[in-house]
Amino acid sequence: MRHTISVLVENKFGVLSRVSGLFSGRGYNIESLSVGETTDPQISTMTVVTRGDDRIIEQITKQLNKLIDVIKVVDLVEVDHVEREMILIKVAPKQENKAEVLRLAEIFRGRIVDSSQRTYTVEITGDEKKIEAFIELMRPIGIKELVRTGRVAMAREGVKPK
Amino acid sequence: MKKTGAEIFIDCLKKLGVKHIFGYPGGVVLNIFDVLYDDKDLKLILTRHEQGAVHAADGYARSTGKPGVVLVTSGPGATNTVTGIATASMDSIPLVVFSGQVSTMLIGNDAFQEADIVGITRPCTKYNYLIKDVNDLSHIIREAFHIATTGRPGPVLVDLPKDVTSNKASPLCSDEVKVRSYNPTYEGNKWMIRRAALEIEKSKKPVIIAGGGVILSDASAELKTLAEVAGIPVTMTLMGLGAFPGSNKLSLGMPGMHGTYYANKAIQESDLLIAIGMRFDDRVTGKIAAFAPHAKIVHIDIDPTSIRKNVRVDIPIVGDAGRIMRDLNKAIQKETKKQWNEVRKAWLKQINTWKKQYPLSYTYSDEVIKPQFVVEKIYEITKGNAIISTEVGQNQMWAAQFFKYDKPRSLLTSGGLGTMGYGFPAAIGAQLANPNRTVIDIAGDGSIQMNIQELATAVIYKLPVKVAILNNHFLGMVRQWQELFFRERYSYSNLDVVPDFVKVAEAYGAVGLRATKPDEVEPVIKESLKVKKPVFMDFVVDWKEKVYPMVPAGAAIDEMLFEEKEGKKEKKKLKAVK
Ligand SMILES: Cc1ncc(C[n+]2csc(CCOP(=O)(O)OP(=O)(O)O)c2C)c(N)n1
Repeated sequence: MRHTISVLVENKFGVLSRVSGLFSGRGYNIESLSVGETTDPQISTMTVVTRGDDRIIEQITKQLNKLIDVIKVVDLVEVDHVEREMILIKVAPKQENKAEVLRLAEIFRGRIVDSSQRTYTVEITGDEKKIEAFIELMRPIGIKELVRTGRVAMAREGVKPK
Repeated sequence: MKKTGAEIFIDCLKKLGVKHIFGYPGGVVLNIFDVLYDDKDLKLILTRHEQGAVHAADGYARSTGKPGVVLVTSGPGATNTVTGIATASMDSIPLVVFSGQVSTMLIGNDAFQEADIVGITRPCTKYNYLIKDVNDLSHIIREAFHIATTGRPGPVLVDLPKDVTSNKASPLCSDEVKVRSYNPTYEGNKWMIRRAALEIEKSKKPVIIAGGGVILSDASAELKTLAEVAGIPVTMTLMGLGAFPGSNKLSLGMPGMHGTYYANKAIQESDLLIAIGMRFDDRVTGKIAAFAPHAKIVHIDIDPTSIRKNVRVDIPIVGDAGRIMRDLNKAIQKETKKQWNEVRKAWLKQINTWKKQYPLSYTYSDEVIKPQFVVEKIYEITKGNAIISTEVGQNQMWAAQFFKYDKPRSLLTSGGLGTMGYGFPAAIGAQLANPNRTVIDIAGDGSIQMNIQELATAVIYKLPVKVAILNNHFLGMVRQWQELFFRERYSYSNLDVVPDFVKVAEAYGAVGLRATKPDEVEPVIKESLKVKKPVFMDFVVDWKEKVYPMVPAGAAIDEMLFEEKEGKKEKKKLKAVK
């Protein structure tokens, strides 16, 4: 099963490689990883999306907790939370499809962030389903390039881990 | 007044109570070596290889419980420490390794003798640091010792760029160390401890498996109380040997691949397994699916990741082994008034039957020296009162089987990584820390050649370690596997030319002794103990000898192979170990 794990870490030199090294060294996979500072510049949050049975996920959270630089680990599967990912997608629609791209972008509350003679670059934010749905719709139209931020997630306020 | 980084470094180590550093110099650490030159209290033991320095510091740490300290140069000096660090890491041994590094402004430029040792050792240290500012030096040194020695101990590496050792700072050395994100759990959960106590009370066939964690936590007394009060037999993993007296009648010796039949049988038949400070290594469990099928498992360990990593656990208790056993002992004594001996009678009787049925044994010969006989003789002559280190291979297993360790910290062996070349430098480190004890490395002729250069260190520092080489002219354990599982195809396991170890010893200024006949074994051991110098004892042993019993890889631990008795040749008699 897929889990989104939020990891609060000391914002120290090398901490990213400690976390990613833990996954590669023990053969756990990372589906996505995003990192950024919190309001306290000494602390960063990492959001890791990973996959595994209960035993593996238990090991992953324990192993993360064991890293000296890790302050807190929350497996968001256990708590009510919100998740978002952003993508930038560059499409090269044929003339007759151009309007369709604009229409779909609007339906998905996306934004056209760049356009050229032959391409549009669309920004879409949302949960995984929405992102996947948009990508599927763009596929027949002609995707030239796609970049994803990876998932970020946050527990809802007042919700304690089960 | 400001001091240089090198001076602050030495001051800090002394404040932390360090008396000995094991090390080797080189360009970027010369500032530190220059300060050491005049220092009367802090001595550097100059080994002949950086790997030797780390193993020696490790032997020092294992035999005393104090952290071992290492100082090496950058690049090749640093990379030479990796095997030693990984060895300590697998066995949770507290070490602080200081490596020199090129100056901060050169880092990343592939400068001369630059190696990214922080990157290289990240997976085999508990934590590591690259110091970039001399002002961070003193608190990082304190933090490094703190992390290495607390919680589940382990090696910590501190990388010291050359300019950090020459730059100046105010030598403020705060005593307080607080790492916000590092808070090991020591106290066990009270509710879980109560549950464990109730299970112990209910159990008819309990077994304790004690691991290295009991020794690291200095909890042998608590373990003895637990076992004796509640009448529970104790088996010890390789790392746990000595945690409970091997000669105690509740001792089952070692479990697992080359463990005793009765330890494995007891585990398989038990209804309650109390695992303390051990991590269910595959050498202990054999086939996991068939391991201890009837047992509830209580697992006490300071490292939460050890719990439920390999085996299912019914009652997990995270914390310090000693404190938890103290609480457990209280809970048991309070809640149960039964006569344990009565309750356990049937179980202990069953175990004694197994002990009689399949004791550890080998076939004695008075023509060729059996390696087990050498180990037995060492045990007899030292009366078990020695610090034994081992190399890896058959020698290690025989040292575990045929010497009974009654005290903790008396067996130094590379359990987790299985590092050939560990035992000899470890013995040197242990001898330095324990000048009045007998320290013996039980070695193979292959392993001893991996760090044989440390003979110079032993001679120069007058450390009278003894090395008992069980010389079978083979990489014996490899040969054993090839004999049993590869149709006797001895691919590259025959060492062909083995040096004359007596001459090697003499060349270094040590003493060399040789025994080729069983009746020479005792005199050679006795002679070696009389000599106040390092001694190599070359025991030319039966190369065909194998380590038994044996659980083939992937089998359940009670599916053991035993020695095949070669017909009924005269003069061969089965010799049981008392
Ligand atoms: C550094 C290292 N290399 C290889 C091995 C694999 N290995 C395990 S036991 C063994 C043979 C050891 O031979 P020897 O030291 O002569 O001991 P014996 O088994 O004969 O007692 C080898 C090569 C190892 N454990 N360590």
